[in-house]
Amino acid sequence: MCLAVPGKVVEIREEDGTRMGQVDFGGVLKDVCLEYLPDLQVGEYTIVHVGFALQRLDEESAMQSLELYRKLGALEEEFGDQWGLAARQAGERRPPGTDWEEASQ
Amino acid sequence: MKYLEEFSDPVLAGKLVEQIHATVTKPWAMMEVCGGQTHTIVRHGIDQLLPDGVEMIHGPGCPVCVTPLEVIDKALEIAAQPGVIFCSFGDMLRVPGSGRDLFRIKSEGGDVRVVYSPLDALRVAQQNPDKEVVFFGIGFETTAPPNAMTVYQAKKLGIPNFSLLVSHVRVPPAIEAIMQSPSCRVQGFLAAGHVCSVMGTSEYPELAERYGVPIVVTGFEPLDILAGILRTVSQLEKGEHVVENAYQRAVRDEGNPAAKAMLADVFETTDRAWRGIGMIPRSGWRLSERYREYDAEYRFQVRDIVAEESAVCRSGEVLQGLIKPHECSAFGTVCTPRNPLGATMVSSEGACAAYYLYRRLEAPAEAVTTGG
Ligand code: SF4
Repeated sequence: MCLAVPGKVVEIREEDGTRMGQVDFGGVLKDVCLEYLPDLQVGEYTIVHVGFALQRLDEESAMQSLELYRKLGALEEEFGDQWGLAARQAGERRPPGTDWEEASQ
Repeated sequence: MKYLEEFSDPVLAGKLVEQIHATVTKPWAMMEVCGGQTHTIVRHGIDQLLPDGVEMIHGPGCPVCVTPLEVIDKALEIAAQPGVIFCSFGDMLRVPGSGRDLFRIKSEGGDVRVVYSPLDALRVAQQNPDKEVVFFGIGFETTAPPNAMTVYQAKKLGIPNFSLLVSHVRVPPAIEAIMQSPSCRVQGFLAAGHVCSVMGTSEYPELAERYGVPIVVTGFEPLDILAGILRTVSQLEKGEHVVENAYQRAVRDEGNPAAKAMLADVFETTDRAWRGIGMIPRSGWRLSERYREYDAEYRFQVRDIVAEESAVCRSGEVLQGLIKPHECSAFGTVCTPRNPLGATMVSSEGACAAYYLYRRLEAPAEAVTTGG
């Protein structure tokens, strides 16, 4: 129930004096109340919970986080590392059937 | 979908796991507050990728699970009345009250409807002026703004046959209650990202300081959770305890000012009993005086409810992180998502249901309960 999902604003309109809009969730369009984000624009991403946009998603900080994760351990890879060992040990304890299994091996 | 796939990337997840292993030198126990995070952790086996001795304690942040039994019984009373259309989020339907649930009321002829948004319930009220339409307003700070807006709209548009049965709860008082419990083992918190999207982070530095615990605002995808864990153990290893935001793409320090203003207008703070945990002072919201006419508890005089909890269910201990679901003797035998004895087995955000979905075939139970 608490689930809030990111979607892209594709249309904004007024309804009964309320700011409403259509948000695209990977191809599924839903009507969403935009009243809490008065300056949200078409084309922006937002977190939607039970039909309400609660916060805009900041593209730049999303990219920064991913970039930071990509850089993790980069130095050690060049020197041959302890961390790889730790990860392999972690990998061995990975439970069968988790989503990461196929992709990471 | 954008922002979901990138933050589930298995290669990057592997890097974060490596980094956590490289950071940790001692055993640590931290709590993820939110049930959505519990779901991600159990589903992806994140706790099992952590170094030995690093334990995830599952917190009470599933609103379906902590809604007090008395309120569920009130909902059942109201929903059973003739002339009432009772609207609710779907996962409340199976939550056991004292002996029955909303599903049963529906099958016995009650008009119980599942809606996606509280605004849908308001629309039902507009379309059925001769009926009383009640929406079951539960949830944390994330769900409160949508419910607040709906009551505000009902008043603004003059929709007299709509009311809200309110049982909202707030995270910071729950963190306090957990830290004050004598059996508390929690050394750090992953705070619930979407709660902070609304409320911001200003309530947490004081708690981090007072209880000496790192509090890291954390998102819901696997990479978010791993980043939250990494930042928490990094602080713990260094002996630090500050508030960090590991979910910057969706959380600003100030939260959402428009939503906070609406909450301040529509709700007021109240003491609230949490199912399985008990009374936590000032941990809830109810409708403020200005909106009292929209409060279903005032509109429908349902009193004298004697609530009776299942005798076998140990969900209170699960919710406080004292046991893992596997340790309950009813788990997966007499208690299943189809026939839940306790609320933590109902919603997929409940710890018991998450373990049932993803862990029940795993033997032996001890391997899981150590969390390592
Ligand atoms: S498994 Fe069922 S009975 Fe046991 S604690 Fe969880 S909800 Fe309660």
